Amino acid sequence: MATSWTPDQPIVQCVEVRKSFGALEVLKGISLSVRKGEVICIIGPSGSGKSTLIRCINALQPISSGSIQIEGIEVTDPRLDKLALRRKVGMVFQQYNLFPHKTALQNVMMAPIHVLRQDRAEVEMRARALLAKVRLAGKEDSYPGELSGGQQQRVAIARSLAMRPDIMLFDEVTAALDPETVKEVLVTIRELAEDGMTCILVTHEMNFAREVADHVYFTDRGVIVEHGPPETLFTAAKDERTQRFLSQVL
Amino acid sequence: MSNAEPGHRLAVLLPYRLAPTRISVRISPLSAAILCFCAILAASTAWAESGPTMLSPLQVILKWSPLLLRGFAFNILISLLAMLLGTVAGLGLGLALLSEFRPLAAISWLITQFFRNAPWLVLLFFVMFLVPFQVIMFKTTIPLPDWIKATVGFALPVMANVAEVVRGAVRSIPSTQWEAAESLSFTRRQTMWLIMLPQCIKRMLPPWMNVYALVAMSTVLASIVGVSEMLTLTAQVHAAEGGRPELFAPLYGFALLCFFLYCYPINLWTARLERRFRVR
Repeated sequence: MATSWTPDQPIVQCVEVRKSFGALEVLKGISLSVRKGEVICIIGPSGSGKSTLIRCINALQPISSGSIQIEGIEVTDPRLDKLALRRKVGMVFQQYNLFPHKTALQNVMMAPIHVLRQDRAEVEMRARALLAKVRLAGKEDSYPGELSGGQQQRVAIARSLAMRPDIMLFDEVTAALDPETVKEVLVTIRELAEDGMTCILVTHEMNFAREVADHVYFTDRGVIVEHGPPETLFTAAKDERTQRFLSQVL
Repeated sequence: MSNAEPGHRLAVLLPYRLAPTRISVRISPLSAAILCFCAILAASTAWAESGPTMLSPLQVILKWSPLLLRGFAFNILISLLAMLLGTVAGLGLGLALLSEFRPLAAISWLITQFFRNAPWLVLLFFVMFLVPFQVIMFKTTIPLPDWIKATVGFALPVMANVAEVVRGAVRSIPSTQWEAAESLSFTRRQTMWLIMLPQCIKRMLPPWMNVYALVAMSTVLASIVGVSEMLTLTAQVHAAEGGRPELFAPLYGFALLCFFLYCYPINLWTARLERRFRVR
């Protein structure tokens, strides 16, 4: 699809995004923009619509009104090739969602081989390199059931990266992990961010958000209450709701 | 007066509700085998008192066993072919049930429900009498013997049951697997064949084997429409031996024993697989 998008424009642009499940409105007009290479953290209490927002960015869920553009392509366009869009956007889930009948290596290799139809030998080389990058060298032939939560989540990250996405979405990826394995996943994400990957994270890890994020959005009940660079949001929040939330979690 | 307060318990005549009865298809392990054996033995002793001029029931069974076992092999052949045919068709029907294209899903739902809720014998009759004994295709005549028609007749309910097994197994996979596949840009078809069905095989195996055991036992219905399978042959053997009443139990007992020895291990194996796959 021909677009006039250039890398100096926002890579993700949400304008007045609304989303309802029946009578329940979970997103009540969200606007945000992300530039290439930026790391965005979305924080907020449970049920504030954070996960719904990033699922909408990936077109896993349709939005009710508003606009979401990725590299200038309108996600809500009914003529849009959703699969082509998703190739640009990698997504990592809270529950890892690895394919349990495939080994770690096969999990990483599947999409490039079957979706992108790339050469198997070349894909395998890249998949092994990716697993090494997420510090899972030696676990290539393990099945997801044989790996710890943290290891599974790192396989899931490698699986998304194998598609060479422009943007990575992380949906509370450490929420289901044991405290001791949270760190290894966060280290992996931090390295990605340092490599210049555009990342949008929904997270409860405030310290991580503070260290890694370029910009933090605080959402509550479907609206963005406040946003700004972490140094100001975490230390000098203006809104009372933000202050209350931060005092509870910090 | 209808609103009784919670504290007051008035004696009210409640509608009588039938306790749900569970009919167990499975006979306890050895009792059936013992039963058949006893029947054969009892008949043998009954004969022992009657006189030496005729063959003993045991000798009759031995004498005719090659023929009867050939009949039994035919039963197995019919059941295997029906299962093969029904599984291939059932897989297609099951995938159609899961289709996102509504009319296709609706039509396959109707077909599935129709063939699942029709008595097997009626379906068998329909196929026997509605399908011609031969078809002419491209100027070549393809004969359709009774047993092939019977196989098709059994394949129809198998198809519907397998379709339901496929649908249930795919539905039982968490929807997060669909999401993961979707986010990796797999098409729906790729997701089904590469991710869903391979995960389903384990789950489908026990119910699928259950269907097979039922088909294997149902093949004797083909005797009603004149296919020379084991039950038909047993009746013919009985007649050939003069229709002696004391032969009835041993001969049919032998048929029972054959089916039991074939189906019981299948059921046992199914139960074991079910137990193994339950966890996870």
